[in-house]
Amino acid sequence: MILNMGPQHPSTHGVLRVLLEIDGETVIRMMPDIGFLHTGIEKTCEAKFYQQVVPLTDRIDYLCPMTNNLCYVLAVEKLLGLEIPPKAQWLRVLLNELTRINSHLVWLGTHALDLGAMTVFLYCFREREEVLRMFEMVSGQRMMTSYFRVGGIALEPPLGFFDRVRDFASYFSSKVDEYENLLTGNPIWMMRTKGVAVITAEDAIALGATGPTLRGSGVDLDLRRDMPYSGYENFKFKVPVAQEGDVFARYMCRVQELRESNEIVKQALAGMPEGPIKADAPKVVLPDREKMKTEMEALIYHFKIITEGFAVPVGEVYQAVESPRGEMGYYIVSDGTAKPYRVHMRSACFANLQTLPKMCEGRLLADVVAAIGSIDIVLGEIDR
Amino acid sequence: MPTSPAITNLEELKSHPAVARLLAWNSSAVQGAKFDREEMTIYVDRSSIREACALLRDDAECAFNFLSDITCVDWYPSEPRFELVYHLLSISKKERVRLKVRLDSASPAVESLTSVWPGANYFEREVFDLFGIRFTGHPYLRRILMPEDWEGHPLRKDYPVEGYS
Repeated sequence: MILNMGPQHPSTHGVLRVLLEIDGETVIRMMPDIGFLHTGIEKTCEAKFYQQVVPLTDRIDYLCPMTNNLCYVLAVEKLLGLEIPPKAQWLRVLLNELTRINSHLVWLGTHALDLGAMTVFLYCFREREEVLRMFEMVSGQRMMTSYFRVGGIALEPPLGFFDRVRDFASYFSSKVDEYENLLTGNPIWMMRTKGVAVITAEDAIALGATGPTLRGSGVDLDLRRDMPYSGYENFKFKVPVAQEGDVFARYMCRVQELRESNEIVKQALAGMPEGPIKADAPKVVLPDREKMKTEMEALIYHFKIITEGFAVPVGEVYQAVESPRGEMGYYIVSDGTAKPYRVHMRSACFANLQTLPKMCEGRLLADVVAAIGSIDIVLGEIDR
Repeated sequence: MPTSPAITNLEELKSHPAVARLLAWNSSAVQGAKFDREEMTIYVDRSSIREACALLRDDAECAFNFLSDITCVDWYPSEPRFELVYHLLSISKKERVRLKVRLDSASPAVESLTSVWPGANYFEREVFDLFGIRFTGHPYLRRILMPEDWEGHPLRKDYPVEGYS
């Protein structure tokens, strides 16, 4: 029998359609069908100035906007050859780890909800709300932050922001204990996740999986540690790896990552350098409002950047960062004008989704829900 | 930090393990190389891309065992019009390399990588869908993002960004 799951189905985390060929309750063949959210963002980017692309990057993966912002601006900065001041780098790391916490909390809540554990969802969204409020504090937006700029970040964080983050970081790990109390040793949770949707390390590599989907199968790869960007080499953190390759292993990886991200947030707060938050590049970075109102050159630069954008030297770069879901990469080609010639987004979920048939074929239909939840897909990122 | 100029002379780049390995295997397969902004690009002949990838994957010194990404750039109206871009990653060496294949607009087709990395499947379908490049030997080459009955390939440069043409 052929069964259609989705595109409107609560456990597909968006508009994923899965075609299932089943025999009784056993899945024989599985085919994900995507494209329902395709908006042609890559094409849109080609008609925008470099800075105007930043808000588009928020919208591809709406659960980790800052990670996408970061990856894009790092790529453009690499093309320009810009040096970013340390304070901006540390703030970017701080906000990226908060984003990771935000994204993992949504994943944990919805994944547990899919498998019947409702309380965890309410707990996770309680803490996520606090993270979103902190985002609102720095950027004025809860989700589509667009806070990073080519050459730095938009504004100094407001007064009281660091205290609020410090307060959050001080109690967050006890909240992770709460989630773990509900799930990790829970017999029902273990029966639904242990030994379910197993994928081996060889298969995961061959299919292009990254992030916790890969680390859950025992491959120790984290771009933050292995190919550091934005000053991650200054931070000490562990990369959680599990060997089993099942849903439970991926769950454990992500829950440990919540704790590690919290540690990075604490380190970023403790060692936050002083100094400017924007690079010294008047032709690329907008001047301060104060200067713009008092200095002639600043006003001219402001006008030029807003109306004409800034030209980027000819070249191409591929910049990858470790998003909560895996390797998020931006490949940007410049032809020397103020608009990118080509922007390609290497989406982690797009590749991770290919592991799904391998995980589910030959297994029970009910395990499909667990498998989809465990690879943590965001359809906006897959379809772009 | 101004960027240093790109190195495009193949002789100077011979020390890079991937370039050396490919040249030792088949010097006519390597059309050129470029080292720019700390990133290595190798231009590979279109008939040897699959074998070149399998070689780089299995070679102990290169160990580019992970396919990060496949995409394409359209240089319309110049020829060769398309540039296929493959990003490989070595998990053990923590290094990347970019392979490029140039294709002209007359018959944009290239061998599929799905036999080397099954994960190439979706990436190649995306390139087929949005650029109209055929991958020979692909198990299921159909549109992936656009609807099945869509006409045209949206990421080509002669496809309008807005309105009707």
